[in-house]
Amino acid sequence: MDKRRVVVTGVGPVTPIGIGKEKFWNNLLAGVSGIGPITLFDTTDFNVKIAGEVRDFDFVNFGDKKEGRRMDRVAQFAVAAAKLAIEDAGIDFTKENPYRIGVCVGSGVGGLGTFTEQTVKYKEKGPRFVSPLFIPMLIGNMCSGEIAITFGLKGINTCIQTACATGSHSIGDAFRAILCGDADVMLAGGSEAAVGPMAVAGFSNMKALSTRNDEPQKASRPFEKNRDGFVLGEGAGVLVLEELEHAQKRGAKIYAELVGYGANCDAYHITAPDPEGIPAAECFKMALKDGGLKPEDVDYINAHGTSTSLNDKSETMAIKAVFGEYARKLAVSSIKSMIGHLLGAAGGVEAISTVLTIAEGKVPATINYETPDTENGLDLDYVPNVARTMEVRVALSNNLGFGGHNACLAFKKFEQ
Amino acid sequence: MDTFERVRKITCEQLTVEEDAVKMEAAFIDDLGADSLDIVELIMAFEEEFDLEIPDEKAEKIRTVGDAVKMLDEELK
Repeated sequence: MDKRRVVVTGVGPVTPIGIGKEKFWNNLLAGVSGIGPITLFDTTDFNVKIAGEVRDFDFVNFGDKKEGRRMDRVAQFAVAAAKLAIEDAGIDFTKENPYRIGVCVGSGVGGLGTFTEQTVKYKEKGPRFVSPLFIPMLIGNMCSGEIAITFGLKGINTCIQTACATGSHSIGDAFRAILCGDADVMLAGGSEAAVGPMAVAGFSNMKALSTRNDEPQKASRPFEKNRDGFVLGEGAGVLVLEELEHAQKRGAKIYAELVGYGANCDAYHITAPDPEGIPAAECFKMALKDGGLKPEDVDYINAHGTSTSLNDKSETMAIKAVFGEYARKLAVSSIKSMIGHLLGAAGGVEAISTVLTIAEGKVPATINYETPDTENGLDLDYVPNVARTMEVRVALSNNLGFGGHNACLAFKKFEQ
Repeated sequence: MDTFERVRKITCEQLTVEEDAVKMEAAFIDDLGADSLDIVELIMAFEEEFDLEIPDEKAEKIRTVGDAVKMLDEELK
């Protein structure tokens, strides 16, 4: 039997710069920032007052009102993104064997909003008043669970939790599930709804967040000299991955082929990346090898690029370690400059951006790129400020998470 | 507001149902689409609204809106 192939046939982004493919993609290409003052909670006592919030999100536009009431915002985003992806793929589940369709949509922190709210209730009123829905709304695996319940998908259903690499690992594992024959279609990606007092306080006290409160839209500046931390974002990104023959039989449009997946660990520190980015480089090489690719085949890297001092430096070093002199000929950009860091959802949304890049021949820019950080060796082509029209045959999407979790996906222009 | 009206308001909010559906004889599970988790939430919401504690053995006997109204009226005496 020939090796099975996996293609992307649907995308569903729920992001701070738009819900749905058209709005998200147009804003990405226009360099629109979705960062602004936090409205979801009172930031009076906080050093950090900005985030990338998903605005005008109402779950009733995507599902049953009562079911929505029993979901944390993180699961609501996941179900909404799945619905958008399914509609985009044009797949009719009534014609499919539900046991051949699986879900792998993870979350970095799960129902943190529910956790916060119920903890306050416990402190104020005692254990009798902790909601019976507390546990199902808290657990991060409910993103995959709720998607399956909503759409009746009975195949393999799991949840990856690898902090900021969650979305990429979820797509990678879903890719493997199709390759090994466990499923023909997988909904894969990540969701996150952590813009609340606990996550902002926690990340802020780690000194991980930008405090550029006066200029929210300029706060996320990956790879740029004056970057001062990441900007928390929220949302979800779900892709429809499909076995090639299955997709062709129903005449599906194909954005790109997923050809390679790399995953490993720094085994170095709980939050700091390996300073030279060596394990991350090995991870990128794994994805290339898995996809039967040479470094020179790659045209573009959709970087993790968080806008923290440490990440952007070590990621640049990792790219140089893999690509050598060729690294300077690559286009490398970070859409976190526009949407912020969506933690567990980042890999999902960024994979969507990457396949759209391949399909449309357009690379989104790294916005807010004013002063190069050359003295720290950050001298690659980061696609500064203006989106670029260019043929992209092979692109990588990187995500690196707290805990040292590294993930890299290799996408390729689809050819028979 | 009498007890029934207060129970109806909470039931509509918790179960996302229309006011017209919440009649005295309506069963929470069979007529109003509640499941076991909803029932626990409803009981909690009644306890908060009426500022009283409903013992588990009494809560377990509530099947219809009328059962809830009757039990609450007795507890309020």
